[in-house]
Amino acid sequence: MLTSLIVIMISMVLVNNYPLAQFLGICPFLGVSNSLDSAKGMGIAVTFVMVLATAATWPIMQLLYRFDIPYLQTIVFILIIAALVQFVEMFMKKSMPALYKSLGVFLPLITTNCAVLGVCILNITNNYNYIEALVNSFGAGLGFWFAMMIMAGVRTKLVDQSRMPESFRGVPIILITAAILSLSFMGFSGMFS
Amino acid sequence: MEKKSKLSILTNGIIKENPALVLVLGTCPTLATTSSVANGFGMGLSAAAVLICSNIVISALRKIIPDKVRIPCYIVVIAGFVTVVQLLLQAYVPALYASLGLFIPLIVVNCIILGRAEMFANKNSVVDSALDGVGMGIGFTFALVCMGTVRELLGSGTWLGIHILDHFIPGMGIFNLAPGGFFTFAILMAFVAFLTKDKSKIKKDFGCAGCAMESSCGGERKELEKMLEEKKGA
Repeated sequence: MLTSLIVIMISMVLVNNYPLAQFLGICPFLGVSNSLDSAKGMGIAVTFVMVLATAATWPIMQLLYRFDIPYLQTIVFILIIAALVQFVEMFMKKSMPALYKSLGVFLPLITTNCAVLGVCILNITNNYNYIEALVNSFGAGLGFWFAMMIMAGVRTKLVDQSRMPESFRGVPIILITAAILSLSFMGFSGMFS
Repeated sequence: MEKKSKLSILTNGIIKENPALVLVLGTCPTLATTSSVANGFGMGLSAAAVLICSNIVISALRKIIPDKVRIPCYIVVIAGFVTVVQLLLQAYVPALYASLGLFIPLIVVNCIILGRAEMFANKNSVVDSALDGVGMGIGFTFALVCMGTVRELLGSGTWLGIHILDHFIPGMGIFNLAPGGFFTFAILMAFVAFLTKDKSKIKKDFGCAGCAMESSCGGERKELEKMLEEKKGA
């Protein structure tokens, strides 16, 4: 049991890293990685919302199976995530203003983040039990955070000030950086055979 | 907004404001589903179908939906159409459904669709919104097919399964994997930027996390930037 949880965790952080290997959550990965501070905030907020969303959607999915309406999965999941994010934001603003200041601003961006909806749906398609699903989401969040931090580090040190052909300035050069990062993360894929 | 002709609304999405290559929206499916031309084409058509339907419905309801809860309303409409597309694909093209997998339900959170609802459909008439949906849909499909062509030709030497290059050079498998996706997208975008130099307003940087919700959550973004500034100053 414990080994399978550890395997899930490591594979989500390194091997199946969401932005670099599975193409989930690319928008914030490219958009918010321009400074280490915002990358950290976004990473923590995504991890938090992923675990919370899984904690809420997994039991609901069992309910959908019970009533034999699993095809409503998409519509129910996105509504739950949207409502959840809204509630968390309101709660934080009211009772934890310090935390809200550092994390809260990222929350509205997360509703439409495909990584959050993606991890909820993948937990169901992979037939994980509740614990495995939670660990999987936490690992996915950590992996996302990890990739964000590396990307932000590379961008602030190297990419944004370098000289490059005019056409590559902006988004294309960030994508090239992502390609090289993703190439190096492919090295992890031999870890589990 | 000045009155635009129907033709310019239609062609706007195909070239000048191509959603994937110029506006940089919907990057996830653009990268993930283009390892072959067929997958890219299927994804483009599915997204286009959802986009056209949701644009029509949202613009028809634009006077009824209260402004404060418009985003949740849009999401419900879009999620409904995505479920329809999902069931149709599952029934009639199970092979495509299997290979696109997760990315079919993820059309819900595709920035292009919500973005067009927010930027266009809630301000314009039903006919204009439908045309905008068609144009944007064609533009997105076109971008995906371009990506798919490059990646399939270089990756496995075929185009739509027809053997073309693989008699001359062996396929470079890397193009079918994640790094090849990023690389191809970067080169294509740089190429478009080179072609349209000075002429178009290519996005030099991402807006609100690269998502199309800028107009609805722009306040948060500004707040965020201000805070980071303060943090740096302190």
